[in-house]
Amino acid sequence: MAKKPKDKSGDCPHGVSRRGFFTAVGAGAIGAATLGRAQAAAGAPAAEAGEPTMVKLRINGRTHTILAEARWTLLFVLREKLGLTGTKVGCERGECGACTVLFDGIPRYACMMLAMEAEGHEITTLEGLMNGEELGPVQTAFLQEDAFQCGYCTPGQIMAAEGLLRTTPDPTLEEVRTGMSGNLCRCGTYSHIFKAVKKASELKKAAGR
Amino acid sequence: METPKLYFIDGAVPETPAPSGTPAPWTETRVVGKPLPRVDAYERVSGTAVYPSDVLLPDMLYGAVLRCPHASARVKKVDASAAEKMPGVRAVITGATKAADLRWYHSRTVFTKLFDPTCRFEGEAVAAVAAETPQQAWDAVRAIAVEYEVLPFVVDYHKALEPGAPPVHEGGNRVGETQKYQRGDVAKGFAQADKVLEVTYSTAAEIHTPMEMHGCVARWDGPRLTLWESTQGVYPIQQRVAAVLDMPLANVRVIGSYMGGGFGSKLQADKYNIIAAVLARITARPVKLFLTREETFLCVGNRPPDEMRLRAGVKKDGTLTALEMTVVGTGGAYPAGGTSLVDWLVRDLYTCPNVRTESTDVFVNGGPARPMRAPGHPQGAWALEQMMDALANTLGMDPVELRLKNIPTVSQANEGQPYTTTGLKQCLVEGAKAFGWNAARRRSKGDGPIKRGVGVAAGLWIAGDGGPPATVIVKLFPDGSANLNMGASDIGTGTKTIMAMVVSEELGVPIERIQIENADTLTTEYATASGGSKTVPTESPAVRDAALAVKRQLFEIAAEELKVPASELRIEDDAVVSTKDPKANKKIAALQGLRRRGLIIGVGTRGPNPEGKVINPFAAQFCEVDVDTRTGQVRVLRFLSANDSGRVMNRLTYENTVMGGITMGIGLALTEQRVFDRQTGKVVNCNLHDYKIPTAMDVPAEIVSNPIDVPDPEANSTGAKGLGEPVTIPTAAAVANAVYDATGVRVADSPISPMRLVALLAAPGTRG
Repeated sequence: MAKKPKDKSGDCPHGVSRRGFFTAVGAGAIGAATLGRAQAAAGAPAAEAGEPTMVKLRINGRTHTILAEARWTLLFVLREKLGLTGTKVGCERGECGACTVLFDGIPRYACMMLAMEAEGHEITTLEGLMNGEELGPVQTAFLQEDAFQCGYCTPGQIMAAEGLLRTTPDPTLEEVRTGMSGNLCRCGTYSHIFKAVKKASELKKAAGR
Repeated sequence: METPKLYFIDGAVPETPAPSGTPAPWTETRVVGKPLPRVDAYERVSGTAVYPSDVLLPDMLYGAVLRCPHASARVKKVDASAAEKMPGVRAVITGATKAADLRWYHSRTVFTKLFDPTCRFEGEAVAAVAAETPQQAWDAVRAIAVEYEVLPFVVDYHKALEPGAPPVHEGGNRVGETQKYQRGDVAKGFAQADKVLEVTYSTAAEIHTPMEMHGCVARWDGPRLTLWESTQGVYPIQQRVAAVLDMPLANVRVIGSYMGGGFGSKLQADKYNIIAAVLARITARPVKLFLTREETFLCVGNRPPDEMRLRAGVKKDGTLTALEMTVVGTGGAYPAGGTSLVDWLVRDLYTCPNVRTESTDVFVNGGPARPMRAPGHPQGAWALEQMMDALANTLGMDPVELRLKNIPTVSQANEGQPYTTTGLKQCLVEGAKAFGWNAARRRSKGDGPIKRGVGVAAGLWIAGDGGPPATVIVKLFPDGSANLNMGASDIGTGTKTIMAMVVSEELGVPIERIQIENADTLTTEYATASGGSKTVPTESPAVRDAALAVKRQLFEIAAEELKVPASELRIEDDAVVSTKDPKANKKIAALQGLRRRGLIIGVGTRGPNPEGKVINPFAAQFCEVDVDTRTGQVRVLRFLSANDSGRVMNRLTYENTVMGGITMGIGLALTEQRVFDRQTGKVVNCNLHDYKIPTAMDVPAEIVSNPIDVPDPEANSTGAKGLGEPVTIPTAAAVANAVYDATGVRVADSPISPMRLVALLAAPGTRG
């Protein structure tokens, strides 16, 4: 079993809740942080950007110390500040799952978490599943079963599958469906994703992981 | 109908020189057809594939666009003074900015300014910002004060035609004349019919919503512009951007690299390309400008919503006597094919001597449409294929039987020209057999509140033939490895993999030893955008032609060294071998002539399609659903698709494409619908929570692909026809027919939402 997240702001065991997210950000920054619709009222007061603060992040076993604004999401920092672009951006509002990372071993949307919230937690991204240049078992299974088309949602799908298999090493089809239901694939490759998760379960067992 | 023109909005269809030969069709294949994983799978699952939205350049700024919040408005005043002074802001551009005073064309005939004072839909661009971070850019966008004169709007395409409706354009809300088609005499046809049915069907607007949002990174090097663009075709982007900015094509480089889905919405350049280029020019720094998910719902395309009144006449024995269809639909605020091709299946899918159609395309104050996976066809199938089901039911015939009764051998809509091949009959017969159709039809619907049913629907796709232009270069290195240079984008359909397989088939080079260049106008050869299910039938013959050009040169070299005539040589694995004497052979890597040259280059082009014939892919799909009659919830339990798309090039990616088309069709059938607020004309569901695409919970685990694997030797030298679109054409109609089979309720309007279905189940007189 994965560790229970030590998240102070969220109250949802499998990811930060929207309420928790809003509480942590503060009302002023919400609009900016979520990059909401462009048609804000004309002349509305701009959000306070705030001073950047030092944030220490543990990502894929490495510690990164960066200066981050309070409103920066973990997703933004991963992609645009650290260049870890394996994690994709699909909606920035917790709906598509393209930005799924493991947060203390549990899949969570990096767009719904502030970088500063991630301090003190172990973050794993797609890059962290690699063994040097070798693919990890879930990645191998996705390759073999052709479980993607354009590949843009794939990193998130792989992280969701990785998280699922860490808690449920031998999932039933219904468990696979539920475990993968937070990750959208517009190319519509779900049936191959189901096969890939089963295959990954076998590969992980064979590798003793 | 010249199908390639569907995808060329920026001028005439270019042509390429004739190919170097007309090779015979493959009789057997060694590599082509195999279920091989993708050549770029490693990059896509490891995260090393750099998508345009992943591009990070030194000193890069971020762009954001201020969009009109009203369905119809006139921009009276834009005050950017506060925004310009905000932290991190490096440029604000508006309609008053000289560098942004550019002409934009929505279609060949309708021009506006880049930032036009007249905003005809919610989401039209009004101003833009470049700043050090995207957060600062959005802060500044919010700080721009715009004074709008809010104007009356119309978003309902029926109301748009009423007298006194607010005109979207001067001259009213009709997009040109009503389009009419006629053959035979429908009055006579209906008089001959034993049964006549008339139903009005409709489909809701769908949004493409590819997972990677639309956008680009723009960078200038002096007079030269480079765009990293998430696109289905780098060349159309280059053409439009160069035209709008009045630049030589040679100074506009568009890099496609990978891209995260398009489905037709990324075939063309967008205002954001120009905005990013202008911001980058003004600031002299690279600018990354990607839309937000909400923006992608408003301004980068949709599948037009259509209403289709269909009247059909049939004899007792199932012979169709007349079809009459009246279509009204909208492509939004600019000409965008709101009813385009909706009537095509009525004209062409089944034998019918008397057909009449009328299509009226209407302007509304909504985002302009773009081609979406088989433009017009899923809408047309929703109507025609439900009608076929209703006719079968009226006659007491099996729906598969009724379709088989009316299979055409010629394309009636193309003046009776024959199809090169048509597998429509086989799709229906073999599909029904593999699905267990007869047994499934006989099974009980269930005694409880949950009812089970099965449905069938068929279709064809007007294009899928491919054709010129296409130029491809194949290079053979002295160690026998190869390079494939092709400008076509792999939009997730496995294009690169299939083309590598073609090279491997001809030259024996293992797939892993073929390097493939990503679409880039600087480095790869001319290709049309990947759309219309035409990429494989267009590019694969050109790739084969290029590989054969290499092979000819290779054989000339080997002939000299083996003292065997070139005509008597063949390739076996990594060696050139005499067909007469197997002992006369030499490894490709050991050929001295190849070593001395260092490289063999083969140029391939795409020849024309046969004259006087029609090349279409065909499909039939079967599905099983259950319906909770208490809640109206529909579950799709299994699906089978039988496709005639000519030769199966890669069994694994083929199956994947089939599955994807079905998944998207399930969305059209059950959940997808853009919703306008009637009070404001704004779209109320601009996100993936309120606009629901199929998830892992909504698709059957069992989706079977049952290809009719018959190469089409007349179509082109690889025998392949298009697949990506025909796989989604019949899907929604098949689901609707299964819902009817389960419940006896005909849902004529998409989507079949629980709310709509329970209302129909409760209404008297809707069953039967």
